[in-house]
Parts: sequence; C-alpha cells; structure tokens
Amino acid sequence: MAKELWKGNEAMAEAALRAGVEAYFGYPITPQTELLEYMAREMPKRGRVFLQAESELGAINMLYGAACGGVRCMSSSSSPGISLMTEGLSYIAGTEVPVVLVDIMRGGPGLGNIQPSQGDYFQMTKSLGHGDANALVFAPSSVQEAVDMVYNAFDLAEKYRCVVVILGDGMIGQMMEPVEMPPERPPLTEEQRPDWALRGAKGRPPRILTSLNLTAEGLERANQRIQARLAEIRKNEVRWEEEMTADADLLLVAFGTVGRICKSALRLARQAGYRVGLFRPITVWPFPEQRLHELAGQVRGILVVEMNAGQMLLDVKAAVAGRAPVRFYGRLGGVVPLPDEIAEQVASLAASLPGDGYRPARNGHQGVAPVVASAAVKA
Amino acid sequence: MSTDLSQYEVVYRRPEALTEVYTHYCPGCTHGLIHRLVAEAIDELGIRERTIAVAPVGCAVFAYNYFNVDGCEAPHGRAPAMATGLKRTQPDKIVFTYQGDGDLAAIGTNEIIHAALRGENLTVIFVNNANYGMTGGQMAPTTLAGMVTTSSPYGRDPHLAGYPMRVAELISVLPGAAYVVRRSVHDVANVNKTKAAIKTAFMVQMEGLGLSLVEVLSSCPTNWHMTPVEALRWIEDAMVPVFPLGDYKVAEAVVPLTKRTRAAR
Repeated sequence: MAKELWKGNEAMAEAALRAGVEAYFGYPITPQTELLEYMAREMPKRGRVFLQAESELGAINMLYGAACGGVRCMSSSSSPGISLMTEGLSYIAGTEVPVVLVDIMRGGPGLGNIQPSQGDYFQMTKSLGHGDANALVFAPSSVQEAVDMVYNAFDLAEKYRCVVVILGDGMIGQMMEPVEMPPERPPLTEEQRPDWALRGAKGRPPRILTSLNLTAEGLERANQRIQARLAEIRKNEVRWEEEMTADADLLLVAFGTVGRICKSALRLARQAGYRVGLFRPITVWPFPEQRLHELAGQVRGILVVEMNAGQMLLDVKAAVAGRAPVRFYGRLGGVVPLPDEIAEQVASLAASLPGDGYRPARNGHQGVAPVVASAAVKA
Repeated sequence: MSTDLSQYEVVYRRPEALTEVYTHYCPGCTHGLIHRLVAEAIDELGIRERTIAVAPVGCAVFAYNYFNVDGCEAPHGRAPAMATGLKRTQPDKIVFTYQGDGDLAAIGTNEIIHAALRGENLTVIFVNNANYGMTGGQMAPTTLAGMVTTSSPYGRDPHLAGYPMRVAELISVLPGAAYVVRRSVHDVANVNKTKAAIKTAFMVQMEGLGLSLVEVLSSCPTNWHMTPVEALRWIEDAMVPVFPLGDYKVAEAVVPLTKRTRAAR
C-alpha cells in the first residue's frame, strides 16, 4: 500500500477507525484536538459513536461505561486533561476493563503551554490515579509508529483487560509524515464480546463490574489478579529500539520525539568520533530495564535526554543500578532539544569520565562545541 | 406436613428484578423500598434482561447486588457519564442510574446537567435524604437550612454554607429532559405515586424521548437520629415544604405514558 502524508493526530484517529474502534469520547484540548475533530467527522459516517463530553471527567467515564459493555473504545487528550482523567483511569484499571487512550503531551505544570513536552511520564507510567495499577504505555517517535501502536492497542487492551496509553507529544500530534495505513478490520461482532461484558442478563445470571471490594482479603485478591496480568505484560510486551550499540562505549537513552532527535545527535557525535549508541524505550511501562542493564555493563557513561526535569531518568538509574555513570540533559516548558546541543552533551559526558586516554577522533569533521550553560536542567 | 398452596392467590412476592439477599441498608431506611419500586417497574415492563444498572458512590453503592440485572459502579457523581457511555454504545438496552444527593447534586452536578442537556435516553432515580448517609451524616447540597449534621454542627447557615439545592426544578428547565418529577415515600399513597413515576420514567427511555429523572424524598433515620416512623413524618413536615412534590417537566410526548401508568395503578 502506498504511503500518504498524514498529520499525527489525524493518522492516529484513522488507525483507530481501521482497528475497529466503535466509540470515541473526548474533549477539545490543544495539541490533540485534530484527533477529536477527525473522529467527529468520520465516526458518524461509519455508524459509530462519537461524543464530545462536558469535560475530561465526563469523557473518561463515558469511556468507562462503553468499556464495561465490551465495546472497542478510545479517548484522547493532553496533559491537563489527562490529569482530570486519572480518577477514571484508576477505576477502569480497578474494574479491569480495556480502554485505549492517546496522550499528546504539552508543557506544564498547570496550564503550561501547548508546546511538545514529556512531562506526563510520571503521570502515565507511575500514577494512573490512586492505588496500584499500571497502563501499558507506548511512546511513539514517528507518525508511522504512532499509527501502528494505536492499531495494535485495542487487541492488547482486550488481551490484558488493561489501559493502553499512546504517550506522544505535541510534535508527534502536529507533524506530518508519510504513513502506510494498516488495513481496515471489521468491528467486533456480538459473539466476539468478552464473557464479562455488560450486555443485559438475557438467559444468564447478571454480571457485575466494579472496583469496589470492601474486605481486605477480597481487595488483595483483586489486586493480585491485576498484578498477575501486569506481570504477563512485563514478560511479553517490553519493546525498545537500539541504534549503533554494538561498539558503543557511550549510550544515549531517550524516548518518543527525543529518541528520534537523538538519532540525529548520534550521527553528529559519531562524526565527531564518539562511539555512542542509542537506546530508545518503545514501551515506557513496562520499562525495558533488563536490556538497558546489560548495555550499562558495556558502556563508560550514559546520557538520558528528556523534555522534562528528569522523569524516565529514575527508571534508567534503577535499570543501570550503578553499572555506569548516568547524566541527564533535559529541556523544559516545551523547548525541544536540538541534535547539536545533545551532541555537545555527549562530548561533555565523555570529557567528564575518568581518563583512560579516550579522545574523540576529529578527522576533519565539524568539532563539537564546548558545553554551553543554558536554562537546561543537568543532573 | 405441607400446606397445599395451589388454592391461594399470590398477592405479594419478591420481584424477579430483585436478588434474594439481605441488604446492608439501615433499619427504617427507605432505600430498600425504592429499590423494590424500581424492580417492580422493571418486571412489569418486561425489560429485566436488557437493563443495565449504574450504582453511585454513597449508601446505594451496592445497588448492583440487589438488582437482578447487569450492573456496574461509577466513580462518585459520574454515573450519568458512565451510563451515557453504556447507552450510546448499546441503544437497545435500558440503562438507569440510582444516585443519592451527595453523588448527584454535589460532586456530580456537571455530569447530570450535561446528560440532561444532551437528552440522553437514561433513567435517573435520584434519592434525596438531605445528607450524606454513607459517610455518617454530613451536610449535602440538599440539607435544609438550619439542619444539624456532623459537618454543619451549628445548623446549616445558608449565608455560609449555601441553600438547599432543588434538583428536579433545576433539571426540568433543560430542554433534553423529558420527564422530571419529585415524589416521596413517606406514606402509602406517595409510595404508589412514586412507583407510577418510576415506571413512567422507564417508559420514557423505552420510547427514546430523552432523560427521565425521578427525585424521591427518602428517610435516613440513622443520621437524622429518629425512629423510622419519626423520619417518615419528618419527610412530610420538614422536607416536602422545601422540596415540593410534583411534576416539573412532562414533555408533550410523555403525557400519554403518564396516563397509562396512572390507569395501571
């Protein structure tokens, strides 16, 4: 199938349609609104449900209701809206019903701005509302990857009865790229509905879906069931990408948009003679900790780059477990780091490491400028 | 030794739409009675096998255990949104929420107002007992002026803590609401009227006419510190003057339905 030029937000909406999404509930918020608008236009044409809610609280609870019926459903929002949704996400996780959620992150805290950011990393990987639960969280670094993630998200959500999050940022949502769209799949039939779905107790005992469990032992059992499913996800769904790690003695670690920018930074740093590789987590929950732990044993230093104040950094440090020094470079407030400034950070990291005669080979390539102090956060 | 029952006519039995369990409601609380009225309406309309109940947070949080239908439990106040998601994706089902005054009139005002505005084909059973029962009798938006609760220990002062919220009146002005009435269960005549209203409300949904809401004044002997009989009297003497019973919105298309339920009674 030929590639077509698609805007990220609209491409994800189309991917969901092709995956057989039956209902979409949302609320306008920049920079994800085109996804909602695309659904508003296209869902009615296919006889499916589109509804603009009165708030993100409304949207997530409509999603919750639809999910309880075993219906393929999704919502999308951006950081401040996701904050409102976390109440519902906790209930959804506690009730063990599948939903798909796209978070197109923007600068925070508070109203922040509408520039790309990765400030929701903690919110999406660590605090899906109150209680113990996690979503399966994918971080796309291109529109094609975002499309494929959305397309596959419904099957995964249904398989594990969990929340699947596509954690993009304003860059992924807004940019246009060539995309090969996946084929159209038919929506679920009544026979394909899961055996827990609320469809009316016709000829069978009633079904109850709730996150409430007043006995400590009962709630512990429910939690153990949820944790067992999450353990399955950890076993089966961890994904990452590596670039030029085979001979690397320095390692860049970045996810999503920054992971992609780091590919350019890696080329610059390689040209400057640094043997640097890239490790890009594709799932940020579960975090690909085992492979990163292995790589940490091979490299002299690690540079984590994020568009936040150091959130994935904690997962990296936990995975590295002291096997290599970990440095952090972050831009805040919607500032997107550029390849050359990341390459500078690679050079700075290399220079800071204990001397073993390692120097970059500067064979006529453009040298890497000294580190410039900036508003950036360094750890 | 057994008695031959065939010669007797059954005049009273548990509705099929109620499960055979003990309830957790306090002695004298009228939630159980209202549950029964809902169940009778479901049975009489023959919709049990296609009904889905949405329980609130509050005293009725376990409502799904008592109704013999598919059921779920919403976050506090969000039942109308959750019910919207269910009904929009399964329009052939009958979806109702059963909500208390803290749930619907405080934390969930946004959800109920917008569900009504959109004319969602939902039935809302709104139980008003003028306080937060489950958490131990705190002030609710429906608490009467001067009424002592654990969070208004000096009596609710409207200048500091606001005025009682009249939900039926509020929802009735929204164009998407088709049937909005206030009833009470403090005596037999009113119980019968409540039953007819609940049945009408479900019929409104079956006809796809828009949101139907039945506000029911209900007793809370435990938190009102009254005997069950005193509590029923207090509904009539203290609550009804603030929350007048009546039909606040009966859309034109609903009028024939009210005649049918009245005749059936």
